[in-house]
Amino acid sequence: MSILVDKNTRLLVQGITGKAGAFHARGCRDYGTNVVAGVTPGRGGEKLDETIPVFDTVAEAREQTGCNATMIFVPAAGAADAILEAADAGVELIVCITEGIPVHDMMRVKFALADRLNKDLTLIGPNCPGIITPGACKIGIMPGYIHKEGNIGVISRSGTLTYEAVWQLTSRGLGQSTCIGIGGDPIHGMSHTDALKLFTNDPGTEAIIMIGEIGGAGEEEAAEWAKEHCKKPIAAFVAGATAPEGRRMGHAGAIVQGGQGTAQGKKEALRAAGIAVAESPADIAETLISLLKQ
Amino acid sequence: MNIHEYQAKQLFDRFNVATSRGGVATTVEEARQVASSLSSKELVVKAQIHAGGRGKGTFTNGLRGGVQLVKSVEEAVELAGKMLQNTLVTHQTGPEGKLVQKVLIAESVDIAKEYYIAILLDRASGAPVVIASTEGGVDIETVAEKTPEKIWKVPVHPLLGLQPYQARHLARRLGFSGKQFLKASQLLLNLYRLFAESDCMMVEVNPLVVTKNGEVFALDAKLSFDDSALPRHSEIMEMRDTSEEDPREVAASAFSLNYIGLDGNIACLVNGAGLAMATMDIIKHHGGEPANFLDVGGGATEEQVTEAFKILSADPKVKAILVNIFGGIMRCDIIAQGIINAFKTTKLSMPLVVRLEGTNVEQGKQLLHDSQLPLQAASDLTDAAKKVVAAAARS
Repeated sequence: MSILVDKNTRLLVQGITGKAGAFHARGCRDYGTNVVAGVTPGRGGEKLDETIPVFDTVAEAREQTGCNATMIFVPAAGAADAILEAADAGVELIVCITEGIPVHDMMRVKFALADRLNKDLTLIGPNCPGIITPGACKIGIMPGYIHKEGNIGVISRSGTLTYEAVWQLTSRGLGQSTCIGIGGDPIHGMSHTDALKLFTNDPGTEAIIMIGEIGGAGEEEAAEWAKEHCKKPIAAFVAGATAPEGRRMGHAGAIVQGGQGTAQGKKEALRAAGIAVAESPADIAETLISLLKQ
Repeated sequence: MNIHEYQAKQLFDRFNVATSRGGVATTVEEARQVASSLSSKELVVKAQIHAGGRGKGTFTNGLRGGVQLVKSVEEAVELAGKMLQNTLVTHQTGPEGKLVQKVLIAESVDIAKEYYIAILLDRASGAPVVIASTEGGVDIETVAEKTPEKIWKVPVHPLLGLQPYQARHLARRLGFSGKQFLKASQLLLNLYRLFAESDCMMVEVNPLVVTKNGEVFALDAKLSFDDSALPRHSEIMEMRDTSEEDPREVAASAFSLNYIGLDGNIACLVNGAGLAMATMDIIKHHGGEPANFLDVGGGATEEQVTEAFKILSADPKVKAILVNIFGGIMRCDIIAQGIINAFKTTKLSMPLVVRLEGTNVEQGKQLLHDSQLPLQAASDLTDAAKKVVAAAARS
């Protein structure tokens, strides 16, 4: 079992003829994802690798191929428009990989989609590695081979730090149900809490790893929710304990402001909710394993 | 990105946000032109540097105060001459101070009352919020803590923008009435336009003032912009003053490297922002102090890796370097080749610990081994951190 994506996912790639879009469309296809279509305005009628049809609009791609998920590689200036286009065409799952979308654009997108998010529409990202259900479906830029089928759910704001945690699990024989990177921007779709709710209700997920970082209050909200509603074991790590205040640490959303959003504050909130917190990023999997042994 | 006070004033003028009249000067001659054009009885001369505490700062030539009130054009010109091309030391510049290359000369304003206004992005609601207080000219964090009843917040719908009624509501809450009420409301609306149309992360006006002759002015402001949106604002991008930034960060940004300088002695080079932060954390966890944050990104080239090494090794504080790569899309053999070449071109002389994991890791390790470079290979993240902390302690 898994959440959001599986063998039945029919993937569209927006920006499929770009360098990154084509590269990762192939990467997902080679992993076993059913990549049914691509969209690049002005390139309708072409095919990627003589097999994947390219359309001018998402509406056409949806009508002709029945795609139910999309992976967006459209450059930052047009990515907000690409999200709205996919939502308008009725694509149920939107995974936006694009980094550097202006914050004001994302504010408008989120308000425009507010009535639909987490109802008939799920938005993951932007500025995220994507989502993967090992052995079934990969939507994103993560290296597929580090994953293994299993029953640990992984939620994270970052890319390579997620790979680190996943690799720790896999190399200790623990597989994953689904891994989601929710992205490093201050305004994003799916939150830690949204992902946690899905994993809590997924019979195929027995334990959860949650990786956070400085900035915002997403981890604190998730901790609050987990305290009341999630009985599954959760291990967590929060990056950025050594980050100076007021600086954006690579991710636009990773910033401590006015003493808010610190790693320390987040760790305390997580521990108060009964979540095991790893102090070192090298101990994320071991922290979960010791919980599972209890 | 941050901008100078005179640049904020230029943006105010463009968006019709009422402010005191003034202009910028880079030479004594320009200072005379600006001062004469203002035809004001009292003028203020302000050194333009990004650091705070200018008023209480001291120039290395003995002049006290980077903000001066003067009563004549001659006096303004004289002070501009003493400030320009001289170094101002404030509590935020560090002992080396900052070279003053521009001064702002503005009409002096007789303040009757001071207020505080800020528009910023509220992450919890994912929307802008306008914050206003009757307690201007002071630290707003203190006001929020001690007298929260003196602060008003109005959330703004990002698709609608600040509505005129919301601006009027805030102006009344601040106690404005009559003509000043209308002026303050209009100022808030114009300020919101500036925030939205310039892709600001924050606009903070402190103070907003009522002058003794009844004008409502945004007197001093701090603006910060969304770096992601700068490509569509060339006029704001031109305001960037790299002489105000950490030279290590300027060098890094020229090669699209995400670098932030810190005070420790262990440099790190990592792919991915989350892992880069985690690497700093694990160095600290094992008793070391990170010298920087550096994310070389998902598709770093050999040239970028070489440049990154140059920046790291040029920092006199750095005693050892840790490379931590989790190869996903980026292959470990490419990174290894980059390290080998960078090692040779930069003639690196300090201890280097390398931890590679992920795609093509065996080829990468083999390349490093065959190169016979004096580097230490680490088996995992903990091993890497321990080795680099020990190496820094020894050298």
